[in-house]
Amino acid sequence: MALYRDSAVVLRTYKLREADRIVVLMTRGHGKVRAVAKGVRKTGSKFGSRLEPGSAIAVQLYEGRGDLDGVSQTETTESHPLTRGDLSRMGHAAAILEAVDQVAQEGEPDVRLHDMLVGGLGVIERSNPPAVVAGFYLKLLGAEGVAPDLNSCSSCGESPDRLFWAPEVGALHCGSCGGGRPLSPETLTLARAVLGGGLNAVLDLPAGPVVHDLEDFASALLENHIERRLRAIRVLHDG
Amino acid sequence: MPWVAGWATCSAGVDVATAQASAVQDLIDVFGRLPGIGPKSAQRIAYHLLKADAEESRRLAAAVVAAKERVGFCSRCFNLSETEICALCTDERRDTHVLCVVEEPRDVIAVERTREYKGRYHVLGGAIDHLQGVGPEQLKIRELLARVDAENITEVIICTNPNLEGEATALYLGRVLSVPGLTVSRIASGLPVGGDLEYADELTLGRALEGRRTVDHPAPAD
Repeated sequence: MALYRDSAVVLRTYKLREADRIVVLMTRGHGKVRAVAKGVRKTGSKFGSRLEPGSAIAVQLYEGRGDLDGVSQTETTESHPLTRGDLSRMGHAAAILEAVDQVAQEGEPDVRLHDMLVGGLGVIERSNPPAVVAGFYLKLLGAEGVAPDLNSCSSCGESPDRLFWAPEVGALHCGSCGGGRPLSPETLTLARAVLGGGLNAVLDLPAGPVVHDLEDFASALLENHIERRLRAIRVLHDG
Repeated sequence: MPWVAGWATCSAGVDVATAQASAVQDLIDVFGRLPGIGPKSAQRIAYHLLKADAEESRRLAAAVVAAKERVGFCSRCFNLSETEICALCTDERRDTHVLCVVEEPRDVIAVERTREYKGRYHVLGGAIDHLQGVGPEQLKIRELLARVDAENITEVIICTNPNLEGEATALYLGRVLSVPGLTVSRIASGLPVGGDLEYADELTLGRALEGRRTVDHPAPAD
């Protein structure tokens, strides 16, 4: 039973048997790992709150015989207490955890994705800016190499004054190549800023319709990339 | 057949599914779909029932059918009940102005076992879970708000699980229940009785410190 250690963020958990859970971890050195935490749902469990979604931990795992490894020991590196006490922070954290869970691959180490997630959760804990989810989604698409070209039509290559996007199409079009919603110049400017090194300025913006539009746009692009609907962002806005 | 395919052929090359009578296989499949029961346990239960008296199987089948037919949800608190309004809601000895809000009917049993609580309950039917897409509108929160108004409730005790989903639900309830004259409290969280301090995680220990209370000094004996 080989042991290995890593830093990780808990992406999500599933109930298993009487008192166990399957925890999905975004580890720094081993990619996405699914592991069984035995007895974690019991009040006296040694794991306590360390294996709750969003916790950043140092973890010791043992290799399982099948797809699932086992959690042997954990230690909290970041517990994000403010996030656990604020519904908006929780929603934002869940939105980025879900995105990473969808994008990360099991057994494929991705240090940048892990560090991005740790950074994103840290920003939510410290200041919870309204544009954090939109910024994270766009950066995630950029890191995956599927960020859209925000300067020209993806079909004809022209650079028109107005660009359009449809949720089911993960790219921008000019008026003659495709329909959909027009992307407002303000939203386009923010999206360009996020992907062009101006993320901090976007994160400083207050909540408002432009930030909301940016989030809609980024969510639609990400959904198009992962080919499924994102759940957390909808609960966040419905709640 | 969710898991049969994976082990349908044993190491000797014999097709297990065909070696067993199809009725037995059906029974194993049915048990295997129950929560917490894996293929081995399902097989063990099925063989136990086949070896036992026919009367035992009949009793089991009758109990399942009767429970399914008779048990529903209380129209007031949404706990499991055989009647329109459950026994806890109609018990006049209970405090009618205090509501304990729990996630699932099994949590009512857990709180009742303490013998510390004498008010009534409200079962939400789950908890807000962003990652599963469960929002407030999928829970019995609208019904809770209606009860608070209609039943002159003075205190709501939020007794959801101390995990992320339970905390999210408690925060949401705290927000929508902030009305004058209503006390909204959350059950305390901290160290389990019988646990060791050194194994407590930072968050739990932090909460225990936050919710500390003064130690009563017993009067000296004469």
